[in-house]
Amino acid sequence: MYDVASVRKDFPIFDNGLAYLDSANTSQRPRQVTGAMMDYFEKYNSNIHRAAYKIAETATEHYEGTREKIRAFINAASTKEIIYTRGTTEAINLVAYSWGRANVKPGDLIVLTIVDHHSNIVPWQILAAANGARIEYVDIDDRGELRLDQFRELLEKTPKLVAFSQVSNALGTINPVDEMVAAAKRAGATVLVDGAQGAPHQGVDVRALGCDFYAFSGHKMLGPTGAGILYGRRELLEQMDPFMAGGDMIKTVRVEGTTYHDLPWKFEAGTQAIAEVIGLGAAIDYLNGVGMENVRVHEREITEYAYEALSEIEGLTMYGPPPSRRAGVISFTLEGIHPHDLATIADRDQVCLRAGHHCAMPLMTRLGVVATARASFYLYTQKDEVDRLVGSINEAQRIFK
Amino acid sequence: MSSRPVSADDQFYREYILDHYKNPRNFGRLEHPDITHEEDNPLCGDVVGMDFRVKDGVIEDVRFHGRGCAISQASASLLTERLKGMQLDDAKKINKDDVLGELGIEISPARIKCALLSLKVLKVGAYGLAGEDEDEE
Repeated sequence: MYDVASVRKDFPIFDNGLAYLDSANTSQRPRQVTGAMMDYFEKYNSNIHRAAYKIAETATEHYEGTREKIRAFINAASTKEIIYTRGTTEAINLVAYSWGRANVKPGDLIVLTIVDHHSNIVPWQILAAANGARIEYVDIDDRGELRLDQFRELLEKTPKLVAFSQVSNALGTINPVDEMVAAAKRAGATVLVDGAQGAPHQGVDVRALGCDFYAFSGHKMLGPTGAGILYGRRELLEQMDPFMAGGDMIKTVRVEGTTYHDLPWKFEAGTQAIAEVIGLGAAIDYLNGVGMENVRVHEREITEYAYEALSEIEGLTMYGPPPSRRAGVISFTLEGIHPHDLATIADRDQVCLRAGHHCAMPLMTRLGVVATARASFYLYTQKDEVDRLVGSINEAQRIFK
Repeated sequence: MSSRPVSADDQFYREYILDHYKNPRNFGRLEHPDITHEEDNPLCGDVVGMDFRVKDGVIEDVRFHGRGCAISQASASLLTERLKGMQLDDAKKINKDDVLGELGIEISPARIKCALLSLKVLKVGAYGLAGEDEDEE
């Protein structure tokens, strides 16, 4: 039986009475994660891969050990396919530069979606401008779900690359990624899935999914900021040139030229975020301990509870699909009250709420709003935090009546 | 668990701020304005634009338009009240502290751009400058 109260005890930040409803932005971290990082700092702080002494071996073991934890978490075939990055943004940029510059040709089509985060739009816009490619966007229907009919039509134009998110960060829509990846692969496209909002909540099996690249961030799944992951199919990663160049990504350097290191280190130049990677490893352990199925079930319960509570508020509009096809994210607006005003009022009640465009300006334009308020949930979210949000909304409506 | 300020004397959303938000003064457009300028704050989607009619160096009339949060719109409304009949040269001298003082509430760092958006419109419009640094001191 999943016990949210006991989970919350692992998160010291909740001791001060915070209602934290912004986990899609960044999650909180349990003691186990910060503890693992402190252990590194206090007991075996050293650089990896190079020093021939005990604590450096320990650091290397923990750093590389996390890679295996991540491999297992997403069911990749090999740790060679797990590249450390600073986060989803860097992972997508790595693909846009290393794979994109070499493979996307003038006139090629890149298919994106209107719901995507800027980090899965802007790198492709830059690539398209540099290589003379064009971009088309899959629209959404009135329920905030991707128009698969239009997606299929675009696939008939044989795009070079198709990139979309597993879960929309702004609407919480769970996209039918299995179907979408299969269709895009049949059309001959290279496929990147942005798992920033998917991996922490839904989990993923990259081999079953069959995508070429999968990007996600540690800090949205209980880990620290500064450590994220690019999964890439080995065959593709082998062909790609490095993204960043420098120390640790080389085999031999001579004045005439350089041979690169093997996967995955070819893509990990310079001193890495060692403590952060170790923290991410502890976060994966924590999620495995709780069980991803428990995370999913708990989030669905909270999301249904919140959806129902918010449905009853007059003048409140929610965006996106019903809870059954939605992850733990609810975007909404209030008639006559700007989201920032609501967020300020909520803040006075210690309710942390996101307000703005959620790094998805094309989607906001499509919805015809300038901004929304967004509440998002995770394995530690309690119903009482949702109740407090409702209280803040009532207070805002009273002030602005 | 949380303490809520007594709402009758709300420290942030004071009555006059809400009044200016709900019943903005000098709201609308001027025909054939001498100066017109609009700025937005993409992060929160606030937009404020102002039209000025200037005669012999005096702001004869001013209107603002836009949309956004209570702070950005009330700030613009308050500013237009002050600007009407003012020497343009004096208007150019209005600074951040004047605008924040007029609002009379404590503005958090996250909301400062909302509060100062109308001042930016005035400055860029009055000086005829485009793209002036928004973090002006």
